[in-house]
Amino acid sequence: MTSALIQQLIDGMAALMLLVSFALLAQHRLLSVLHWFATQGVLLAVTAAIVGYGSHNHELYISALLTLLLKGVLLPWLLWRVIKRLHVHREVEPLVNMPITMLIALLVTLFSFHLIQPIERTSVLLTRDSMAIATACVLLGMLMMITRKKAVTQVVGFLAVENSLFFAAIGSTNGMPLVVEIGVAFDVLIAALIFGLFFFQIRETFDSLEVDIMQSHLLKQEDDE
Amino acid sequence: MSTFLLSVLQAVLLVLFAPIAAGFVATCKARLQNRRGAGVLQPWRNLRKLFAKEVVLAEHASWIFRSAPYIVFTATVMAASCVPAVLVDTPLSLTADVIALVALLALGRFFLALAGMDIGTAFGGMGASREMTFSALAEPAMLMSVFVLSLGAQSTNLTTMIHYTLATSFALQPSLAFALAAMLMIAIAENGRIPIDNPTTHLELTMIHEAMILEYSGRHLALMEWAAMVKLTLFATLIVDLFMPWGMATEISAGAIALGLSLWIGKLILLLLALALVETGLAKMRLFQVPEYLSGAFVLAFLGLLAHYMLEIGA
Repeated sequence: MTSALIQQLIDGMAALMLLVSFALLAQHRLLSVLHWFATQGVLLAVTAAIVGYGSHNHELYISALLTLLLKGVLLPWLLWRVIKRLHVHREVEPLVNMPITMLIALLVTLFSFHLIQPIERTSVLLTRDSMAIATACVLLGMLMMITRKKAVTQVVGFLAVENSLFFAAIGSTNGMPLVVEIGVAFDVLIAALIFGLFFFQIRETFDSLEVDIMQSHLLKQEDDE
Repeated sequence: MSTFLLSVLQAVLLVLFAPIAAGFVATCKARLQNRRGAGVLQPWRNLRKLFAKEVVLAEHASWIFRSAPYIVFTATVMAASCVPAVLVDTPLSLTADVIALVALLALGRFFLALAGMDIGTAFGGMGASREMTFSALAEPAMLMSVFVLSLGAQSTNLTTMIHYTLATSFALQPSLAFALAAMLMIAIAENGRIPIDNPTTHLELTMIHEAMILEYSGRHLALMEWAAMVKLTLFATLIVDLFMPWGMATEISAGAIALGLSLWIGKLILLLLALALVETGLAKMRLFQVPEYLSGAFVLAFLGLLAHYMLEIGA
């Protein structure tokens, strides 16, 4: 494969990444949110493999495999189990309605493109174009955390931010050292497990996974005191 | 002079071919549903029958109701004549660009909606209001997806855009993929095909296009339906022009025109087959989900625009 083709492939993956981030935001059902989240993990693994091939950095294959197993399979499955166990209402409840969320998402993307443009001009890497998209995906993940009512979707937003950071790392530095990557991967896994436990705790204490209810519960406690 | 003649011939061909294309989709759908279907010529037979029948007018119909079919049909045929199908350089396509094309279609739609309301039935008004609501969302998305291509070609003229696409070598361009996806979604919505509207039902509460033409009969109905068929072929040809113009005739010679013609028909058949598959595979969407579908198309087109800036010229 020529480097021009690899460049195009990476650009294509970056575009798909952006599309998946938008799709994550646009879903109505928790199950499809998890599907798209798993898709994002798989995309990430494929991108890592392509960059590894293009930059002859063979450590990236290992991290691609790790990403595929962890983010493509294990994390979505864990989250799915939590949702099933807790009998969470299976609809996403956004704070702002979907078309407006989409418009905000477009503005956020535009903003991050504007932000990255000067940095991009100084870069000589194979993957320089994908930096803006990685930034946009980070911001979109944050938007997802902000605009959702339920703790589960907020956690998916958090994990999507982590995915995009990994994407940015592949894009801007051709991958971090393997030790760091394995460390981060396990951190995320542990974080997901702790989140899972937290869900059970939150559920037991407040009888709901909605963030608003927690707040009102706390306020009521303060009033009682 | 011969280019002018050829361009007129091309437009006439598109208009005459449109009912066959509609019949082709119907036949494919029938086969997919294990029916025999009425054959690809059925729309032509329907049109002939309708042209022979007398027109029944409502008592309160004004001149708008009577003239709307002619205006809608003329506007659609004019729009069809600006879209190059076989030959790239046509005098008519040089005078009108994509914005004019969208405007012509909007003119047709405006009179269609007026005619729907003119007669004063509940269905007509309902259909008109739905059509205008959805078209207000579909039009910007369509223009946006065309602009993705215009950015590369630096022109909104179809002929220039086709020449640009033919001149550039093939590359994986994410922006074009986004634009194509948006355009396909819009084409389905604009032609009232299945997830949005069902062209084969009357008297269903969710109908859009059929609700507006419910009161028409005879040659008026024939013109309205023919215009809808031409619009379907027009959109398919537009998608072929914008995204896969390879093989279109750039010079006037018998060989180039024959190749262009056969490729055009081949590509149309592929697109219409895909449409039949989509229509068989999907269920109709709830009416209130349509704005979300259309804003999804807009988002896709906008992402195409951003991807073009970031990935293709930013480098």
